[in-house]
Amino acid sequence: MANATGGAGYEVVTRQDFSDVTFLLEIRHPLLAKAARPGQFVIVMAHEHGERIPLTIADFDRDKGTITLVIQAVGKTTREMQRDLRAGSRLHGLVGPMGEPSHIGKAKKVLCVGGGLGVAPVYPQARAHKASGAYVIGVLGFRNRDLVFWDDKFRACCDELILCTDDGSVGIKGMVTEGIRQAIARHPDIDECVAIGPPIMMKGCAEATRPHKIRTVVSLNPVMVDGTGMCGGCRVKIGDRVKFACVDGPDFDGHLVDFDDLMFRLQRYRATESEANKRYDENCRMRNPEAAR
Amino acid sequence: MTQKKKKTIRMIPQARTPAHEQDPHERARNFLEVNCGYHVEDALLEAERCLLCPEQPCVSGCPVNIAIPDFIQRITEKDYRGAYDVITATNLLPAVCGRVCPQETQCEGVCTVGESLEPVAIGRLERWVGDLAIKEGWSNVPYIEPSGLRVGIVGSGPAGMACAADMAKAGCEVTVFEAFHEAGGVLKYGIPDFRLPNAVVDAEIGKLEQLGIRFECNTLVGRLFSIEQMIEEMGFHAVFIGTGAGYPSFMGIPGESLNGVLSANELLTRCNLMRARDFPDYDTPLQPGRQVAVIGAGNTAMDALRVCLRLGAEQVRCLYRRSRAEAPARAEELHHAEQEGIEFQWLVSPVEILDDGNRNVRAVRCVRMMLGEPDESGRRRPVPEPGSEFEIEADMVVYAIGTNANPIIGQTSKLRLTPRGYIATDDNLATSIPGVFAGGDIVTGAATVIEAMGAGRRAARGMKAFLGLRDTDFVYQERPAGPAATLFGIDRAEHGYARVRLPR
Repeated sequence: MANATGGAGYEVVTRQDFSDVTFLLEIRHPLLAKAARPGQFVIVMAHEHGERIPLTIADFDRDKGTITLVIQAVGKTTREMQRDLRAGSRLHGLVGPMGEPSHIGKAKKVLCVGGGLGVAPVYPQARAHKASGAYVIGVLGFRNRDLVFWDDKFRACCDELILCTDDGSVGIKGMVTEGIRQAIARHPDIDECVAIGPPIMMKGCAEATRPHKIRTVVSLNPVMVDGTGMCGGCRVKIGDRVKFACVDGPDFDGHLVDFDDLMFRLQRYRATESEANKRYDENCRMRNPEAAR
Repeated sequence: MTQKKKKTIRMIPQARTPAHEQDPHERARNFLEVNCGYHVEDALLEAERCLLCPEQPCVSGCPVNIAIPDFIQRITEKDYRGAYDVITATNLLPAVCGRVCPQETQCEGVCTVGESLEPVAIGRLERWVGDLAIKEGWSNVPYIEPSGLRVGIVGSGPAGMACAADMAKAGCEVTVFEAFHEAGGVLKYGIPDFRLPNAVVDAEIGKLEQLGIRFECNTLVGRLFSIEQMIEEMGFHAVFIGTGAGYPSFMGIPGESLNGVLSANELLTRCNLMRARDFPDYDTPLQPGRQVAVIGAGNTAMDALRVCLRLGAEQVRCLYRRSRAEAPARAEELHHAEQEGIEFQWLVSPVEILDDGNRNVRAVRCVRMMLGEPDESGRRRPVPEPGSEFEIEADMVVYAIGTNANPIIGQTSKLRLTPRGYIATDDNLATSIPGVFAGGDIVTGAATVIEAMGAGRRAARGMKAFLGLRDTDFVYQERPAGPAATLFGIDRAEHGYARVRLPR
């Protein structure tokens, strides 16, 4: 069957490896590049037997007609993608942009916080806030110097950039919450914080900003299948209400999100996931890698 | 056609011809089709049971008004291709509808034979014809004069397919957009293979492609481009929205976010479309339950129950707050589920889902219900019996209690919605934006496949009027040719025979 880019599958035009687990894919999809807004995500299906995985859009280039995804190879699917995909490969499925775009343009001074893999999807937000005229402070957290990526891209759109590493090998030693603390101490007039990363990090960010009553937006990425509101797998507790992250989010008020519930729900398929991972370790040639291209 | 001597109720085979079915014990562990349908001799025997009565209540009982006695008569005449032509004049998907229509409340429910005997098995006959057509490779591709008009269809489920087919036959260039990576909508992700094999859906979609319809998957309309953009920028002269009502409901009772609680939509999509049942050959996971409780007793609930059984559950229970008589499922599905060993707990409603201490489901606390006064739906309202709470052990709880309107089109367009989020339309299924029509579950709320197809066809009629196309419903019907039926070689039933486009 035909698809929105006219051929079978979606072409990977660039691949870049940031570390032994983190890699970037730039994929050609002009319509999607045109429609994408900061905060939105896509669902990717690597091959015909694959699962549908949600990934936040890390960048989009309307002139080139491409979108960029940054992926961490942790599960069977993402490790397989890391092994098989390179420039010229094709993805079986790519659909989006999904979710409500982030609200940009109201805040005057914004803190954009990215931790680990969350560094990539917070980039389009930082860029959009800068373009809307806001003063942007970037806070990026990595484990160590070797894992740092895109600091140059952030420097280009941030008025200030605070790098945080667990071991202090670059920037300040400590987690992003330490960076937030320093930023707030210098700028008491920050009126919005955008935090993207693992749930535990977003929870920490929300707690760091709560005493200062700074509006904090977090981007949630729970388990989902279709991404169109149909399966309800991505339901999250926001205050006393239940929302579907795929259509009602993925951005939510970090001060209202029940992160503990989110973290438990992310474990739903842990047993089958580890089984798949184990099987993948045992037999890396489970399927012909060519099939994925 | 020669008119035979009038049949009477005494002349016909008295008992309904049974369909061949897989043994309940065997089938409860596989995903092969339960109902294996008719052989030719069964179809011939059952076709004899139609009285060809003049009233034809079955035709008006059918949401798309298939000429039922007509196709049955063709079967008795062994003109099977003719029977297929009669059905496809109004229904493009006989192999699907023969399997999934609730015939007992439609055509078979009003059948004249049914007044004294069991009604004619219309659904089984329709399915037999549909399957034969797939096997023989029949399709009806009429000569289509291109009208130069472009129609976009949002959603490739039954409503979208029906509308697409009618518009393609009217000469329009039709593109169907689907958000999933495969076309078919609920026929693919929802209805399991043992009831409707995906191969049958693909065969029917293949026939639509022969009509020139293009399917574009991986396309989320609303987000990739809006309905307004389709009309204003992308050159579509008309748009049909059939996005369905798949936004699952939960009850809002404690424990719903525990692991092991999921919607029937999620369970079925993982199992059917994503093929989690073939894990690890397919990557999508599905943690199978050992003791499963499914809440609800509609067709979706039956599918969920039977899927869980086939995935290897030891015990599968249905919890429904009313009694068996009020269960909305198709009679055959309920019967099949009972045969397969599903345990039904009627007049039971969950009040809490209980935790095992590790955020997994341990049990469901329920309350017994009594039936009180009839409510607005005419069914007796269930009321809780005080002090009747009890626990049912379960490690998986599936919600099949209905769905709400999908919000995406509402979020991304200026279309007028109803207070409950469905798309507001007039009687011709036209929406508040000129040229944009909508039908199926996104207008009416959750309903059946055939009702959605009926809505798709009704919207197509409205769309043809809007575009100034003649109503092609009449043109491609096979009718006795001859001087009486035509005038100057033009079919008398055809009103506006010149292709006129009205000024807009």
